[in-house]
Amino acid sequence: MGKIAVKVDDLTVAYDYKPVIWDIDLKIPEGVLMAIVGPNGAGKSTLIKAILGILKPIAGSVTIFDKPYKKQRKHVAYVPQKGSVDWDFPTTALDVVMMGTYGDLGWIKRPGISEKKRALEALEKVGMLSFKSRQISQLSGGQQQRIFLARALVQDASIYFMDEPFQGVDATTEVAIINILKELRKAGKTVVVVHHDLQTVPEYFDWVTFLNVKKIATGPIKDIFNDDNLTKTYGINYKVSIQK
Amino acid sequence: MDIAGYIQLVFSDYTLRTVTLGTAILGAVTGMLGSFAVLRKQSLLGDAISHAALPGIALAFLITGSKDSSVLLIGALVSGLIGTFWIRGITRKTHLKSDTALGLILSLFFGFGMLLLTFIQKQPNANQAGLDKYLFGQAATLVESDVWLMSFVTGLCLLVLLLFWKEFKILLFDKDYAQTLGFNTKFIDILITTFIVLAIVLGLQTVGVVLMSAILLAPAGAARQWTNSLGLMVFLAAMIGASAGVFGTAISASQDNLSTGPVIVLVALVFVLFSFVFSPRRGLLFKQLRLIRNRNDLELQKTLAFMYHIVEDHKDTSHPHAIKILNNFRGYSHKGLRKLVDKNYVNIDGDMWSLTPKGFEAAHNLYNQNQKND
Repeated sequence: MGKIAVKVDDLTVAYDYKPVIWDIDLKIPEGVLMAIVGPNGAGKSTLIKAILGILKPIAGSVTIFDKPYKKQRKHVAYVPQKGSVDWDFPTTALDVVMMGTYGDLGWIKRPGISEKKRALEALEKVGMLSFKSRQISQLSGGQQQRIFLARALVQDASIYFMDEPFQGVDATTEVAIINILKELRKAGKTVVVVHHDLQTVPEYFDWVTFLNVKKIATGPIKDIFNDDNLTKTYGINYKVSIQK
Repeated sequence: MDIAGYIQLVFSDYTLRTVTLGTAILGAVTGMLGSFAVLRKQSLLGDAISHAALPGIALAFLITGSKDSSVLLIGALVSGLIGTFWIRGITRKTHLKSDTALGLILSLFFGFGMLLLTFIQKQPNANQAGLDKYLFGQAATLVESDVWLMSFVTGLCLLVLLLFWKEFKILLFDKDYAQTLGFNTKFIDILITTFIVLAIVLGLQTVGVVLMSAILLAPAGAARQWTNSLGLMVFLAAMIGASAGVFGTAISASQDNLSTGPVIVLVALVFVLFSFVFSPRRGLLFKQLRLIRNRNDLELQKTLAFMYHIVEDHKDTSHPHAIKILNNFRGYSHKGLRKLVDKNYVNIDGDMWSLTPKGFEAAHNLYNQNQKND
């Protein structure tokens, strides 16, 4: 592996007194497709949000390609959890995807023809072009997830953070999404995904981080995706179900 | 008084013209900003802000001794803003949810305001009368300078909305994402909240502390029913708010003893009620009609499919069968059968029915289609 895309040092986040994530050191190499796994309450979403500056950490630092995150925003795209927004908001699928261009535009400037073109291309990539004028509340859960993915694709970033993109989507959408993620990796992008389904980890990803408040392990699937780390992370014996 | 006469009066009578213009502009600006409050699920914020403004009015009077509306409104603005930021502080720093924080601040400020008002009223000073108009509003006291002030704020608000449209939109829809794009969401948030407070404070003299939140929310609530576009919603809310102002003023002006503020609020609520029932996509009426139509269509299809099952094993597909056997089928009704006859799908002869070739064809297609969908 070449460069380090994301470097996290001593990251600690607490909502009250109890730390949600504790002293996380993490190096994510460029070009990997990485899953963050861990039980509920392990701090997976918190880790991503802290890296992206949405949550303020108590301690620690984050660098993207050796520079502080704040200077590197343009290289980073984010796909929040689908449930984090109100889908009854009065807007269309295309309009949501256009939001991915707002970062480049900066303050006040309005999106124009070229931005619209980029948004349409992204919609096509996720197979949602025919839904572009659809009110977003009229979309199924899987379609909403694809819209969020398209919005991140529009940003044309180098690093993608995704919070449970497979949650509540059907098998077809899951395959469609994972194919796009694999395409991103092929194009040299780095993709970090909060993931829940341990069964599919070895099939979908090539890199994994085990998290349970502290970092348990991080590295290539083939080296560290084993019973030992699963047991350390989830606290129960996983021997039977996972390894094929 | 007829309508033409009234319109003439609006142009010739100073008070009526001022009040009509004032309430129209007020309705427009609160409608616009109310859309944002509603979409942020901060509907009750307006109620808390308007109540929080009361002690500011009383204190401004106590300090300056002036009853000039612009002086009092500055007091209202300051205490409204303090109330708002306390609400934000409480929700952020404690475990309390926003409804609790709103309720606490609303009653704390309103209670303090009432205390000050009664204190002022007990003072041996002839000047104190009339402060209580801010409780329930008194549109007739609007003067030209008030309308100018309202126009200025509305113009400023429009300008800011146009400039920061995309920032407002993304903040409303997905704040966290806006932040990752590099937008200062705190700034946008404070900007929009400040304008909401401004609009509310402007309306206190006309509508009063108690009813103010209604004209913030009602136009937005009505507008949401008619459109799925944010821009159109804000525009419609402004139009509905302005209409409520104009009609409300007209109704209260043409009747004796009808206070303008409450009438405006009631007119706005009539708009809401109308929109809830009659808007084509989200309205209750059309929703119900669509539901019934869909149910009837499905029942008809199912009945046809049932007939198809009976018929398909026979060599002659138009062989007649007893109507009685249809009674076993749940979706069957006499009305449905008549509709099938009207469509020329079924023939009825006495108490026997038979499928026509056209009906058989339709049922066959339906059957195949359902198989495919499964």
